[in-house]
Amino acid sequence: MDPSDKIRVENLNLYYNQYQALFDVNVTFKKNNVTALIGPSGCGKSSFLRTINRLNELIEGSSTSGKIYIDQTPIYDKSLDVVSLRKRVGMVFQKPSVFPFSIYENVAYGPKIHGVKDKHRLDEIVEKSLKAANLWQEISGRLNSPAARLSGGQQQRLVIARVLAVEPDVILMDEPASALDPISTARLEELIAELKSKYTIVIVTHNMQQAARVSDHTGFFLNGQLVEFNTTDELFVNPRDQRTEDYITGRFG
Amino acid sequence: MQVKWQERVWTGVFWLSAAFITLILASIIIYIVYRGIRVINLDFIFTAPSRAGKEGGISTAIIGTLYLTVVSLFIAVPIGTATAIYLEEYARKTSRFAYLINITNETLAGIPSIIFGLFGFVFFVVYLRMGWSIISGSMTLALMILPTITRTSQEAIKSVPYEYLENSLALGAGRWQTIRQVIIPSALPGIITGIILSIGRAVGETAAVILTAGSSLNMPMSISDPARSMSVHLYILATEGLSLERAFGTAFLVVVLILIINFAANTTLRRWSESGA
Repeated sequence: MDPSDKIRVENLNLYYNQYQALFDVNVTFKKNNVTALIGPSGCGKSSFLRTINRLNELIEGSSTSGKIYIDQTPIYDKSLDVVSLRKRVGMVFQKPSVFPFSIYENVAYGPKIHGVKDKHRLDEIVEKSLKAANLWQEISGRLNSPAARLSGGQQQRLVIARVLAVEPDVILMDEPASALDPISTARLEELIAELKSKYTIVIVTHNMQQAARVSDHTGFFLNGQLVEFNTTDELFVNPRDQRTEDYITGRFG
Repeated sequence: MQVKWQERVWTGVFWLSAAFITLILASIIIYIVYRGIRVINLDFIFTAPSRAGKEGGISTAIIGTLYLTVVSLFIAVPIGTATAIYLEEYARKTSRFAYLINITNETLAGIPSIIFGLFGFVFFVVYLRMGWSIISGSMTLALMILPTITRTSQEAIKSVPYEYLENSLALGAGRWQTIRQVIIPSALPGIITGIILSIGRAVGETAAVILTAGSSLNMPMSISDPARSMSVHLYILATEGLSLERAFGTAFLVVVLILIINFAANTTLRRWSESGA
């Protein structure tokens, strides 16, 4: 594995009972890169994302074959503790879902779960995470008010702060902007660009312009297969596969 | 034009139903307060009944009721909520065992309380030789309210957004950590509603209590003593023509007691849930 590689996926197949959702996916994601995954609804891109933090295991009857490595660690190894995996691989979901606690408690939730008890240390983590998620300025005066009162865009950045507080090195994002207005989306995209220097980001998006704007590499999924994977510039300018070209030029999807 | 008329008529019908219900409820409460308040004084609350309840107060029945209700809640709430958590969070959706529990629960919820009383009498009082006692009565009441607590807790847990679970697990939390710190606090208002309904049933239950806890007028000192609940006392006072005034006084205190227990259950559970977050 090349030292600049963060995640390597080998011959990954995903099944939900008899139904096969992913077919022989092979791909490598680079460290400190943003990789976008595009494709029509139901193509398997979100399912694929969830195999990277093993959240697909929540669904009854799901199973996988093949291998995924993060750094050198095979994450489907039996001896691997899924908690330690999810600590390293954070996830931001489509719908910003803040817990019914205060802003502070939302961000402190992860560190507390992982054993940080010292109040002073928690304060530091909360402040640092909120700053990194570009939310500190707006809400520093009301850390103890309910998180549910924030706007949708703020909630999504709070969710990102909550993920950052656990200090992951990979962040998975599943259509993080689909519930946001254009201004919040622009702010989120800026944030993604800033986070890139520290984290490896994989983002699933419906929006091809967004993929083109934020990512270094792009993968195109269709019917459970990774049809094409390339640098974002190449993939959008010179798609090699006819199906990729049809999709990005809007002929279907 | 016709649509507009229909709207008006139906709005009126719904308004009338709501008003009717409020009126009935209010009149019952007002009547109980009106008839009951005359006999209420500190003596009525703090002294034991004498001459079968014709004289004295109802202190032993108040203590009996508190005992029965609190002990039955201590049995039924943990088991009921734990069952609900198992069914909603751990059991597979296709599990036959879970299906069986659900069916049993629904069936039990529809069984009249006297049947629980009969079972409690045969099983706890006679077979297990616990005699007429607070523990027999509480266990019977616990069985009776268990389906309500389980069902309402299940509904409350179901109404917690699935995203909470996903988000929490994705942060590296375990199932139980998530349940304890995110799901239960979110479901708490619904769980409390179920407990409040159960308290009403337990405090109001008469037949099952006579069969299992007896109707002793002595002050219960431990859970192995027999006891008379306020509802039983009220029933006996009224049916045996001992004192209708005192029956109303008891009724009034039953209402007050339910309010107090509800309040206490509410604050305790909230404090417990906050300490976990």
